[in-house]
Amino acid sequence: MHLQRNHGMLADVEIDPTLGDAVSIPAMVAKAAATSMKARQRQVTPKNAATRLLWVEHVARIRDHKDTQAFAELFGHFAPRVKGFLINSGADASLAEECTQDVMATLWNKAHQFDASRASVATWIFTIARNRKIDLLRRQRRPEPEDLTWGPEEEPDQADVLTLQQETELLGAALADLPHAQRELIEKAYFGDLTHSEIAAETGLPLGTIKSRIRLALDRLRHAMK
Amino acid sequence: MTDNIKHHLNDAVLMAYSAGSLPEAFNLMVAAHLSLCDACRARAESFDALGGEVLEQLESAAVAALRPGSYEATLALIAGGPVAEKTRDDLPCAVLPKPLRDYVGGDLNAVRWKPVGMGVKQAILPTSKDASARLLLIPAGTAMPDHGHHGTEMTMVLQGAFQDEDDYFARGDVEIADSDLHHTPVADIHEDCICLAVTDAPLQFDRLIPKIAQRFLRI
Repeated sequence: MHLQRNHGMLADVEIDPTLGDAVSIPAMVAKAAATSMKARQRQVTPKNAATRLLWVEHVARIRDHKDTQAFAELFGHFAPRVKGFLINSGADASLAEECTQDVMATLWNKAHQFDASRASVATWIFTIARNRKIDLLRRQRRPEPEDLTWGPEEEPDQADVLTLQQETELLGAALADLPHAQRELIEKAYFGDLTHSEIAAETGLPLGTIKSRIRLALDRLRHAMK
Repeated sequence: MTDNIKHHLNDAVLMAYSAGSLPEAFNLMVAAHLSLCDACRARAESFDALGGEVLEQLESAAVAALRPGSYEATLALIAGGPVAEKTRDDLPCAVLPKPLRDYVGGDLNAVRWKPVGMGVKQAILPTSKDASARLLLIPAGTAMPDHGHHGTEMTMVLQGAFQDEDDYFARGDVEIADSDLHHTPVADIHEDCICLAVTDAPLQFDRLIPKIAQRFLRI
């Protein structure tokens, strides 16, 4: 499928009448390179909502039943990513390994704090990894906002969980579709390669819908606290 | 609960907070504001969602192989038991939000104020040196000396209110000042004003005495 589309685009270059004789070799190379870049981006497929919901269930099984099978699956998927993320953020391999084990153990220990109406499992693991990164790499405290009351007895509504996970999937798809340069800039920001004054927050990504969902979840928690 | 806040954090600061690239003093400001402002908390968490997708979509070249025995080592960590969770200290009536109480060691009555002149008091909070955070107490009705700003300075009201030439700031409101802003904030007459101020450079005062004070009082 991808390959066919690539051939099509390359064929366009060759027969495009508006380009005529003026097509220089470098221009063709550049266009071909851009095409293969696009193909590479398309190989980054965001996880579909069904997988995301499965992982949400895995976290619940760890919380409720100390289910090591569920943990092993989450570990297999996320631990290499966490380690890669930490290495890209400047940790050496041995610190990254130690820190990854620590992040995954935290997932087990704090499974009861995960709220699937506010975050995907990937989001939650990202925040744990980021906080450990600040502790270990920058040797700073990471002040966190005041907790809102949350506990297993206050299960979020399944419909809210589903919507949030679906919207995160849309965000993932939009990220995967970004032009390479823009996507790279966002990755650099999250790897800590940009200072806070270099970060451009205009990502062009659909963050607004997720933000509204999270806001609703926060309102429910505030209400439950009263 | 938090709908009265009119002056919020901007997206660049929230994204940098989510990415983990702010100096500690600014992290403290953001954490304190998010404790009071659900609108900004939701915006910050949407940037966390983006971080989660960056993690999820790491290209195969960037995903790192684990050390052999990594999984077993993690299970051993878990078997060793969780690190004791911090005990919760919910103080719904506190003036200082939780992240600030952690730095002060309690609510307002635990703050160790030092006078800096004209009735103004400050307490410097222990953060990393790349930026500084302090609590300021400005007596009701007092004007801070006319001053400009180096670098970026953010001030959040925790109690009372202040007013400058343009605007009015009450609990939870954040004023973000850069070197273009030159102003004389005045504390509201009804109550002493307590603020959290963070900066990545020292304030510059225009008048002689505060300038001298600035040198040895670390304003």
